[in-house]
Amino acid sequence: MGRPSESDSGAAPYNFGGDWVPSQLEIARRAARKTRNFRNSIIAVASSIVVIGGLALIAVTSPGWKSLSDTFFAWAYGVEVLPKIILGFGTNITLTLIASTCVAILGLSIALIRTSRSPALAPFRILATLYVDVFRGIPMLLVILLVGFGIPALRIQGLTNNVLILGTIAVIITYTAYVAEVIRSGILTIHPSQRAAARSLGLSHFQSLRYVVLPQAFRRVTPPLLNDLVALIKDTGLVSILGVTDAVRAAQIASSRSFNYTPYVMAAIIFLLVTIPLTRFTDRTLRRSIERQNATGVA
Amino acid sequence: MSQPVLEVKQLRKSYGSEVVLEDISFTVPVHTATVFIGSSGSGKSTLLRCINLLDQIDDGSIVLDGEDITAVGADVDKVRRKLGIVFQSFNLFPHMKVIDNITLAPMKVQGISRELARENAYKLLDRFGLHDKAENYPDRLSGGQQQRVAIIRSIAVAPRLLLLDEITSALDPVLVNEVLSTVRDLKIEGMTMVLATHEMGFAKQVADEVCFLHHGKILEWGTPSQILEAPKQPETKEFLKRVHEAGRL
Repeated sequence: MGRPSESDSGAAPYNFGGDWVPSQLEIARRAARKTRNFRNSIIAVASSIVVIGGLALIAVTSPGWKSLSDTFFAWAYGVEVLPKIILGFGTNITLTLIASTCVAILGLSIALIRTSRSPALAPFRILATLYVDVFRGIPMLLVILLVGFGIPALRIQGLTNNVLILGTIAVIITYTAYVAEVIRSGILTIHPSQRAAARSLGLSHFQSLRYVVLPQAFRRVTPPLLNDLVALIKDTGLVSILGVTDAVRAAQIASSRSFNYTPYVMAAIIFLLVTIPLTRFTDRTLRRSIERQNATGVA
Repeated sequence: MSQPVLEVKQLRKSYGSEVVLEDISFTVPVHTATVFIGSSGSGKSTLLRCINLLDQIDDGSIVLDGEDITAVGADVDKVRRKLGIVFQSFNLFPHMKVIDNITLAPMKVQGISRELARENAYKLLDRFGLHDKAENYPDRLSGGQQQRVAIIRSIAVAPRLLLLDEITSALDPVLVNEVLSTVRDLKIEGMTMVLATHEMGFAKQVADEVCFLHHGKILEWGTPSQILEAPKQPETKEFLKRVHEAGRL
């Protein structure tokens, strides 16, 4: 019984006659393209100079510019308080690391509970839905205040009064709700036929999730999850409201001592130094995932 | 006569008020192929999904190797290990290489070591001329190659019965042949199969019994020559005439 041979790979079967030399028409097209590209970049540079330069000129020539730059851009003072702000930023980073780990675990658990169909999990499904609905709908600042001031007010023995721990818990509570929804939507985008194929091979419900559904779901939600991580880093600044000495709080203390706002600008720059590279990385990941999905268009 | 691999008795299946399958009874002896033909919507795919317990039946029973798999308390996962199914749309796992698609079930379901599972998978890939595709992701393969990998994936767990659900419907005519010849090879090696297909020429070659399914009922059954060349029922004649007009006979 003969089987058809593989005919989709290997050397090109045809010889078009010697090395390829671009035709006159192609050379003319390339020259035209080059001229057009050069003209386009000149226009882009010129318009950038006009717009950005114009805005800068308006700012610098405004009557309040002198006092504004004195209060916001006193670089000498900024450098002086920088160590304290960086020290405070360490708190933001620690908080981000702890919170993102907890959020990943809890968010995945809630997403799994919400997508499960087991009757035994019915009460947990209801609770998980309620949880997500509530904490996605409350401003995070309120959650921080409620947890930070509410829990100590209960005066229950053994509960912590440490504002850093309470602030972290509030951040975890809020972000778990966001992340659970992102992961859940990822799970729901995996076509049921994938699960059917896995189950038909004899894999259990859990094995199908573990080896087939979740790996594909996570690949799809990596960009939005990175997006949430960027948001989480900057939102850790909100716990300063409880008196945690993070970068924002450190800047606040420094500026109230001197009535100069440069420390705030310094704190903003430090946040940007971390969030901008991460945002670029997220964009690249997103672009790659779109390219990958477009490449898988085989019938 | 030895025990049949599959015995379906008075199977009934409906979606809501719409009856999809009614009074379906047939047996599949070992090493034979039963082919279901019929127009789209006649219930062929649903029947295969029911046999694999991917869909719940409303009444009747399905007996696999003498064991009623629709009995109360039957272990679904254990039943599915004895059954392989290949789908119209391949359903390979796109995030896994070809080799990992094939070794997943042997490793995780049968508990075979990774080395042995890979060795077995390579043997199968060799046999079906796909050795050099082992380390590729499915989207780098042609449709015919993907479907052959899907077939290998389902026979890697050595099923008692292979279900093939219109496996060439999503392929262009050139690729159909390579997939069908793979199925012919399996038939020669003695695999017991139930197929749903629109390829009448192929049905003639591979089938031991052909069943014509019409509006959820088996209207006529017999040997391939009986059904495909000398059908008795007017509906079967009409169906075959339309297939013939479409150039598929």
